[in-house]
Amino acid sequence: MVSWLILFIPLIAAVLITFVTRKQKDLSSYVSIGAVVLCFILSIDPILTLLKDPHMKPVEQGFSWINIPGLHVEIGTLLDPLSILMLFVVTFVGSLIHIYSRGYMHGEHGYSRFFACMSLFIFSMLGIVLANNFIQIYIFWELVGLSSYLLIGYYFEKPSASDAAKKAFLVNRVGDFGFILGIFVLFQATGTFNFIEINHILEKGGIPESTIYIAALLIFCGAIGKSAQFPLHVWLPDAMEGPTPVSALIHAATMVAAGVYLLARTSLLYHFSPDAMEVVAYIGGFTALLAAVIAVAQNDIKRVIAYSTLSSLGYMVMAMGVGGMTAGMFYLTTHAFFKALLFLAAGSVIHALHTQDIWEMGDVFKKLKTTGTTFILGSLAMAGVFPFSGFWSKDEILTIAFTSHHYFLFTIGILVAFVSAFFMTRLVFVTFFGKGRYHGHPHESPSVMTVPLVILAFFAVVAGFAGMPWIEPNFGSYIAGPLHGGHGEHGFNLFVAGLSTAVVIAGIALGYIVYCKELKSDPLAKNVLYNLAHNKFYFDEFYDNIIVAKVYNGIGRICNFAEVNFIIIFFVNGFAYLTRETGKVLRLTTTGKLQHYALVMVAGVVVLVLFFGVL
Amino acid sequence: MITLSHYLILSLILFSIGIAGVLLRRNIIIVLMSLELMFNSINISLAAFSHFLQSMTGRIFVVFTITVAAAEVAVGLAILVAVYRQRKTVYIEELDEMKH
Amino acid sequence: MELIFFYIFAIVALASAIAVISIRNPVHSAIFLMVCFLQVAALFVLLRSPFLAAVQIFVYVGAVMVLFLFAVLILDLGRERFGEYLHHQSPIAIIVVVGLIFVIGLGLARGKLDAPLGKYTEAELVKNIEVTGELLYTKYVFPFEVISLLLLVAMVGAIVLVMKERK
Repeated sequence: MVSWLILFIPLIAAVLITFVTRKQKDLSSYVSIGAVVLCFILSIDPILTLLKDPHMKPVEQGFSWINIPGLHVEIGTLLDPLSILMLFVVTFVGSLIHIYSRGYMHGEHGYSRFFACMSLFIFSMLGIVLANNFIQIYIFWELVGLSSYLLIGYYFEKPSASDAAKKAFLVNRVGDFGFILGIFVLFQATGTFNFIEINHILEKGGIPESTIYIAALLIFCGAIGKSAQFPLHVWLPDAMEGPTPVSALIHAATMVAAGVYLLARTSLLYHFSPDAMEVVAYIGGFTALLAAVIAVAQNDIKRVIAYSTLSSLGYMVMAMGVGGMTAGMFYLTTHAFFKALLFLAAGSVIHALHTQDIWEMGDVFKKLKTTGTTFILGSLAMAGVFPFSGFWSKDEILTIAFTSHHYFLFTIGILVAFVSAFFMTRLVFVTFFGKGRYHGHPHESPSVMTVPLVILAFFAVVAGFAGMPWIEPNFGSYIAGPLHGGHGEHGFNLFVAGLSTAVVIAGIALGYIVYCKELKSDPLAKNVLYNLAHNKFYFDEFYDNIIVAKVYNGIGRICNFAEVNFIIIFFVNGFAYLTRETGKVLRLTTTGKLQHYALVMVAGVVVLVLFFGVL
Repeated sequence: MITLSHYLILSLILFSIGIAGVLLRRNIIIVLMSLELMFNSINISLAAFSHFLQSMTGRIFVVFTITVAAAEVAVGLAILVAVYRQRKTVYIEELDEMKH
Repeated sequence: MELIFFYIFAIVALASAIAVISIRNPVHSAIFLMVCFLQVAALFVLLRSPFLAAVQIFVYVGAVMVLFLFAVLILDLGRERFGEYLHHQSPIAIIVVVGLIFVIGLGLARGKLDAPLGKYTEAELVKNIEVTGELLYTKYVFPFEVISLLLLVAMVGAIVLVMKERK
């Protein structure tokens, strides 16, 4: 019952804002904030249940939606440790970001529209989290795509914003196409959409490994799209055209994590297909490294954080791929805190300086004390400095990669940790210290914005302790318990921890050496690699000029040729001809003479009697 | 001894004569009369079944059929008179505007 | 004895029915139709249904026939023009009608009456007017009311249809 309430309160809020309180801006924001806070309060109860009993049984509630022979689709909710964790992350981070938005979006036109879309997003995201079957998760999967589209295109009068919204939506569609195919493959093999039933069938065995492999890869396509993995990563940086709270909530903390959540949800599937896991791991690792390198060469504060998000998502996906389901979910949780914090703090900086270019900032730490402090705390967490939350979660992933003998991926992970530490240091020093390059008189944001920052900063610092390997029960024992896919326990590997700490310190040191000066522009800008990274390795250009211009238009030309020469002649004109000729024949029967009709009727009676009465 | 078959065969032939009238004649009044013949043949078979099955249902039904037939004739002839006033014809063939 | 009467009534009924559909003068057709109706009434008597026979004579021979005759007279129809009384589709129509007789006759020949017998005895059926009345006012009271309403509607409808609009 509670789960249904949690699911539908944001929808009610969205409808209410759209139809009733649209004109009263303040009321709209209160409705939206109230809805998400209420969701958070309601989800405290399941969280406490979970904390009391780590081995709780999943609570499933559902009712039939489509019930015809051979197809049973239900609408239902599933409360198990995984969904309760996500429930906590989404509603808690969502509440803080909603409150922050009240200050950040102040004075924007379309204030009510913003909050209606935010509520719609929370509804869709909770739908994904609470879904108990694939069809439902797919519906809400598309709904978060829709709300993401609406929010990226919030400033729709800017062409770049509406283009980014379209890009995000269309790129996601590519992945979702694979996702729905995967659902169908899985349905064909198991005959059900329900997660728990599918898990039972998988455990029993009997499904050929090739089928599982195909289904797993196709479902991974959905995660690639939503979590912006290579090669569909291009939409996420552009999505930064949306307002900053949107970037924080949707494109850092929750929606992009949905892909990782999906992998965790279907972890058993991957458990039975090690080959698919390898693919997942390598795509994740490659994305992490690629995004981290690109992040070094970006000058837009939000884009740097966006690429660091991409990199983190790659990290999580890599964790899923090497079998660390709990490690991935743990990283997802801590990442939600510190990345939301980074975005919100960046938003606060933008709010104060009215620019997003870090080379037009600098030396604002004295003016923006709270924002600066929280931003630095978030950066330290992101970089993975001991004992911040990022350290624990990253360490867990690296440990699994190491202990499962994925040495190549482990190396990539270490490399990413180094680069991350470097670009976070660069971001902090260029933005907050050095020479002041800003215009105007920046002042600290109102407390409605800084209080959420402080709360998030607190969690960014301490959330990692929940996953410390030597406390019992820790994060992993709650999440891994009933889900058999991930390895529950990871020891603490001194070598891994030491190495990661060393490279992080090296990264920070390098960043300090390069950027802790009075700089006017980036000292690395002459570098070839820098230029490559600055232009995002020309992925957008590649897609535009090769995929769209050559492949897509080529297919278009073939289709056009086929249409003009075959479809139109045979189908369009053919059917018209057929209809006309049939009409000519059938017209003869419509004589208007009563007795013709009567004759046909009697003849029909004769035939009917002959067939059913006599024969 | 008269059997049910006697009545049914009589009914069948009478019904067929009615149908033949409907199909063959052009005069709409004769067509309506043929319809009455068909009604009567059905009444005969209903009454015959009722009699040989020792039940009352068929007889009650005949009462209803006769009533409906009376109503039908009244309305049918009224329509016929109305049509005749308009079109000055009683030939079915000439009443074929409905196809347009 | 009954059989002889049955054949007389049946043959007269069929002959007059054929006359109805083959004679050109509509007034004569109407007269033969009346003869046919009378024979059917007589058959109802043979079927131990005097009430039906009475209704048949009242409604058909009385009311319906009068209506037909009125219609024929109002419309002032003379003999149909020669060669026009048979429709041009007659060959097919005759084949179809013969086919109908054939298939239903086949069904009759093959068929066997095995429906359960009703609860009424021979004696009760003879004096079935009381039974009919009782049933009409108890079990069949709703259809009875509906059918009376139908008659009312038909009556009003017929009047409205033929009424000339006042200028």
